[in-house]
Amino acid sequence: MSEAALLSVAGLNAWYGESHVLHGVEFEVPRGEVVTLLGRNGVGKTTTLKAIMGMVARREGSIRFDGTQIIALPSDRIARLGVAFCPEERGVFASLNVYENLLLPPEVRPGGLTVEQVFELFPNLKERLASQGTKLSGGEQQMLAIGRILRTGARLLLLDEPTEGLAPVIVQQIGHIISRLKAEGFTILLVEQNFRFASRVADRHYVMESGRMVDMIPNAELESNLEKVHEYLGV
Amino acid sequence: MSVVHELATSAASRAEGLAHQRIATVVMIAFFALAPLVAYPVFLMKVMCFALFACAFNLLIGYGGLLSFGHAMFLGTAGYASAHAAKVWGFPPEFAILFGTACSALLGLVTGLLAIRRQGIYFAMITLALAQMMYFFYLQAPFTGGEDGIQAVPRGKLFGVLDLNNAWAMYSLVFAVFVGGFLLIHRAVHSPFGQVLKAIRENEPRALSLGYDVNRYKLLAYMLSATLAGLAGATKVLVFELASLTDVHWTMSGEVVLMVLLGGLGTVFGPVVGALIIISMENYLAQIGSWVTVVQGAIFVICVLTFRRGVIGELGRLIGKPL
Repeated sequence: MSEAALLSVAGLNAWYGESHVLHGVEFEVPRGEVVTLLGRNGVGKTTTLKAIMGMVARREGSIRFDGTQIIALPSDRIARLGVAFCPEERGVFASLNVYENLLLPPEVRPGGLTVEQVFELFPNLKERLASQGTKLSGGEQQMLAIGRILRTGARLLLLDEPTEGLAPVIVQQIGHIISRLKAEGFTILLVEQNFRFASRVADRHYVMESGRMVDMIPNAELESNLEKVHEYLGV
Repeated sequence: MSVVHELATSAASRAEGLAHQRIATVVMIAFFALAPLVAYPVFLMKVMCFALFACAFNLLIGYGGLLSFGHAMFLGTAGYASAHAAKVWGFPPEFAILFGTACSALLGLVTGLLAIRRQGIYFAMITLALAQMMYFFYLQAPFTGGEDGIQAVPRGKLFGVLDLNNAWAMYSLVFAVFVGGFLLIHRAVHSPFGQVLKAIRENEPRALSLGYDVNRYKLLAYMLSATLAGLAGATKVLVFELASLTDVHWTMSGEVVLMVLLGGLGTVFGPVVGALIIISMENYLAQIGSWVTVVQGAIFVICVLTFRRGVIGELGRLIGKPL
């Protein structure tokens, strides 16, 4: 394990009921980098994020965040250490409006963005200030979900398919945001199916197959490995 | 600067959103202040006690998403405790009420620690089981008088000066307790605490992964609900000068569910209206005896089939604003 890694996962196994989903997953996310998990549907990318966040009931192995072993901690304790998760379904609270959704997250560490700063990143949200969570478009919900976790002051962001089902112009905007967050020192672990998007923002890519980590490709080598990637992703 | 801006925005959006609720609150308070001029005060006091009980129950299910099927234990425990304190220990009414309420709060803490670990039907069943245990305890315990209950509980003098045997003094006390409890719940629901509760009700894993210890919030909501249900029970005992098994029986837990559903689950004023309807039916249809239960059952079925949001929920939908 290198000293620089903010997150190191080793021998991670996870189960949903009887079914064994992750089989000894191993990877690390260096401080300040953007790392993606690539792979087809159902290979365990989302489960890996959920296991890191303590949201899979049965998990074994080692997950170290900034040197602290977090495998056995409950979700809220992991969040309080500075890990934030933005789920694929976004999880915007429908009964609260945009402003209330942004006020809700607790500040887990100093350095969280103010509501003003979130609006600066996502100007669209400011116009929808008083709208209920359900009345937002998919892109707006995604922005709100990302903006919300930035409020907590977390240093490691786990983003699960942030571009899924969004218009190209919104995808581009989210790409800019991720690059900007990286420049500001956030460490990001991104689950993606769209490796073209991933190649624009990430430093390295881990490839998963049937609950295992099968490859690691630095972003610089992605172009020369395109065939391999296509095979992995089945495109 | 941004904090000032946040506060200003928050105040503006809240003021706009809550204006109609404020008007409705004033209407409701005026109703209970003026109603004794035309209606029987004891009936109205009963309505206010049950309205507070239903509001406390609604706080838990409407905002926390937890269906308790044992809330009678809080109503009844506070009732027995305050009756015993007033009659046997000679507590003045204010301390008898406080003592009863504190007993329910404590019971809320103990049963809450056990119950909030489970959700949905399991939560309901655990609360029901605990409430049944309390029922049989009160049936057997020597100080409760068993089937007879604690009768002739002295109302005493409030703060040593206000004789509660005077109907108007008693009415004023119940009125103050009800309005105070109602405003406290209103405040809690619109506080950051209430927002977190709503978030938990909607998506518990999400609230957890944002860093909230959801069990602590649920326990707090459960205890607050138990405490206010206790306050209602202790006050009710002074009104009727009687603590009896009726208040701890499971049918009482069922009745409060009915009140809240009929009035409007998760609405601010629904429980009050629901309590008013149910107590009125029990009062004015008393001559048809046990058939009241049949009528209540029929109304419940009609409510669930045709206006599921309850009276106030549907009204709120008609005017397009939450009530």
